Amino acid sequence: MSNASESRTPVIQVNGLKKKYKLGQIGGGTLTADLQSWWARIRGKEDPNLIIGTDTRLFGTTFMALNGIDLTVYKGEALGIIGRNGAGKSTFLKILSRITAPTEGEIKLNGRVASMLEVGTGFNNEMTGRENIYMNGAILGMTRAEVDSKIDQIIEFSECGEFIDTPVKRYSSGMFVKLAFAVAAHLDSEIMVMDEVLAVGDMKFQQKCLGKMSDVAGQEGRTVLYVSHNMSTIRQLCTRCIVLDKGRIIYDGDVEKAIAIYMDTTDVNVVNYDLTAVGRQVPSAGRRLFVERLRFLDKESSVFGNNEPMRVEITWRANEPFDGVNMKLNMHYRDGSPVGITHPVDLGAAEPGKTYRTVFSFDPSLLGEGQYFFFLDVFEKALTSPVCLDKPNVEFHFEVTNTDMTMPEWPTGWGRIHFPPVKVEGREAE
Amino acid sequence: MANTQNETWTTVIRPKTGWFDIDLKELWQYRDLVWMFVKRNFTVLYKQTILGPAWILLNPLLTTVMFNLVFGGIAGIPTDGVPSFLFYMAGNTVWTLFSSCINNTANTFVTNAAVMGKVYFPRLTVPISQVFTSLINFGIQLAMFLCFWAFYAITQPGSVHMTAWMLFMPVVLLEVLMLGLGVGIIVSSLTTKYRDLAIAVTFGVQLWMYATPVVYPMSSLATSPRMAFLVNLNPVTHLVEVSRLALLGTGTVTLWGQVYTAVCTLVLLAVGVVLFSRIEKTFMDTV
Repeated sequence: MSNASESRTPVIQVNGLKKKYKLGQIGGGTLTADLQSWWARIRGKEDPNLIIGTDTRLFGTTFMALNGIDLTVYKGEALGIIGRNGAGKSTFLKILSRITAPTEGEIKLNGRVASMLEVGTGFNNEMTGRENIYMNGAILGMTRAEVDSKIDQIIEFSECGEFIDTPVKRYSSGMFVKLAFAVAAHLDSEIMVMDEVLAVGDMKFQQKCLGKMSDVAGQEGRTVLYVSHNMSTIRQLCTRCIVLDKGRIIYDGDVEKAIAIYMDTTDVNVVNYDLTAVGRQVPSAGRRLFVERLRFLDKESSVFGNNEPMRVEITWRANEPFDGVNMKLNMHYRDGSPVGITHPVDLGAAEPGKTYRTVFSFDPSLLGEGQYFFFLDVFEKALTSPVCLDKPNVEFHFEVTNTDMTMPEWPTGWGRIHFPPVKVEGREAE
Repeated sequence: MANTQNETWTTVIRPKTGWFDIDLKELWQYRDLVWMFVKRNFTVLYKQTILGPAWILLNPLLTTVMFNLVFGGIAGIPTDGVPSFLFYMAGNTVWTLFSSCINNTANTFVTNAAVMGKVYFPRLTVPISQVFTSLINFGIQLAMFLCFWAFYAITQPGSVHMTAWMLFMPVVLLEVLMLGLGVGIIVSSLTTKYRDLAIAVTFGVQLWMYATPVVYPMSSLATSPRMAFLVNLNPVTHLVEVSRLALLGTGTVTLWGQVYTAVCTLVLLAVGVVLFSRIEKTFMDTV
C-alpha cells in the first residue's frame, strides 16, 4: 500500500480469515432419518438414506471457501471485489455481514455494516412503503429517531412518493427495488456491503445509484465494498480493487490492473476437467445424474480457430432411469457477460447405474475473436419447467482466434456473436 | 500495522467460541427492531381477516365455553367451588400465554431463514418479539377475564375473591414468559437440523396442557398421589395454580413447588440461550 493510505484510518481489518465447508450431505434433515443411518452404521450395514451410487469417499471431505484472507480497508474507500465463480467472494461478504461465522481468523470492524446482499431483504409485503422503511432501518440497526431524520430524503430518492402509504405488495418490481436501494443507501452505516445489487432497475436509476454510491464513498467518507461481475460498474465506482482466486487474494490495488489480472486468470491450458469433487450450481444437482468428466478432444489447449470444430466429450452416470436427458451450453464472454445459450440437445435414454460417454461438437465460428467460457447444463424436460439434473460450478474456458483472413480484426464494439453471412437470394440488373 | 493494535474496534467477528455468547448490549440497541417485529406480527396475522383482532378474544372465549361443556358438563370435573367458567378461563389464559410463547418461537430460524441469510441482526430479537406479542395478547385476554370476574363478583357475591397473591403475579408472569421463551428457543435451535421437531412441538404442547392443571384443579388429584407427583414435576403446574390462587382464591401452592419452578425456568432459559447462541452463527450453513 502507498504511504498515503497508511495515514488514513482503517475501518475493516481482516486477519487470516478461513472458512471451511463440508462436502456431501450433512445429516438426513429429520431425526428419524438420522437415527436410521446411525442404527445401520452400528450394525455395519449400508446406510438406507444414502443416495444410490453416491461416492462415499467424498463424505467428510472439506472445502476451503476462504483460505487465509488478510486485508485492511480504509475509511472512504470504495473497494471492488472480483473473482470467478467459487473464488470465495460471496462467502467473504457473508462473513463480513455476520450471516455465518468464519472457521478461523477474525475481522475487526469500526462502525456499523449495512449489507445489501439482496435488495429488499426484510421487506414485508403486507406493510406499507413507509412502514417498511422503518422496518428495514431497524434491521440494519438504526433507531427510530435516525430513520425519522432521513425519511424524506429516502422517499424522494426512491421516486415512490405517491405510493409510500400503499402496501408494498402492490408495487411494481421496479418500485420495490428503488425503495429498497434508497433505504440502504441513506441509512447511516459506516460500511456498506453490496453484492451486484445495481444489476436491477432501469438504466436511469442504475446510473443514479452509481452516482449515489460514489458520493457515499467520496464525500460522505463512508466505506463501500462492492462485488460484481460487471467490470464497467467496478471501473465507475471503485477506487481500489482486489482479485480473489481459490479463496485467496491474488491481487490488491489499482482497479484497471485488477481487472486485467482477473481477465488473465482465464485458463485455456486445461483441456481435461475432473468434475467429481467440484460444487454444483443448484443444490439438488448431481444426485439423479452426475457428470464426472469433461474433455476437449484432439487438443492440448482449448484454443480454436474459427473454422475448427470444437469437439468435447462428457462422461456421465445416471442414478435413475431416464427416457431422455437434455443438455445445453450457457456461453459467456470472459468478463462474465452472457453471450447466449445453445439449443437443447437430447443425449438419449439412460439406465440407472450405467456410465455413458457422449461426444458433441460446437461450431466456434459463431463467435467473434476472444476468450469465452461455458457452463454445462444437463436437465430433464418436464411439462412445466425443465428440472436441472446437473450443473457443475465450473467455467470451461476456450479461446476463439481468427483464421479467416477475409475477416477484419474483431473490435469489442461489434458484440460477440458472429452471424453467418446473409443469403443473397438473387440479383437483377436495372 | 503496529499502530492499529491500539485502535478501538466496534465489532470483532470471530469463529464461534465460548458457551454464553449473547451480546446483551447489542440486543438493547436493537430494541426498535423488537418493536417493529411485534408490530409486524400483528399486521401479518390480522391483515385480510374479517374479524381481525377480535380473534384475540374469540379464541379464549370459545375454548373456555368448550372446556366448560366437555370437562365441566360432561366429565363433571370439580372446580374447587369456583364458577367453572371463570375457573377454565383463568387457567386457559395463563396456559395460552405459555403455549403461544413456545409455538411462535419454535420456528424462528426456519421461517426467517430468507431474511437471516441476507442480513445480520441479533437473532434473539425474533423470539423476544414473539414473547412480547404473546404478552400483549395476554393483556387483552386478561382484561376480558377481569370483566367476567367482575360480573360474577357482583351477581354471585362471595363466589370469587382475589388474594394477596396478586402481588406475586408479576413474578409469575415473568416466569411464564421466561419458561416459554426458554423451551421455544431450545426447540427452534434443534429444528434447524431436525424439521420434524416443528411438527412434534405443536402436538407436544397440546399434550403438555393435560399434564398441567388447566381443566382440573390440583386438589382433584389428592386421591392419587402418584398422578399428583407427576403433575407436580411439571413446572407450569405451579405457575397455573398460583395464578388461580391470586385471581380466584383457590389453588394449591407450596414453597418447594415455587422454588422448583423458578430453578427449572432459569435452567431451561440458560440452556436455551446457550443452544441458540451456538446455532445462530452457523445455522445458515445447515438450513
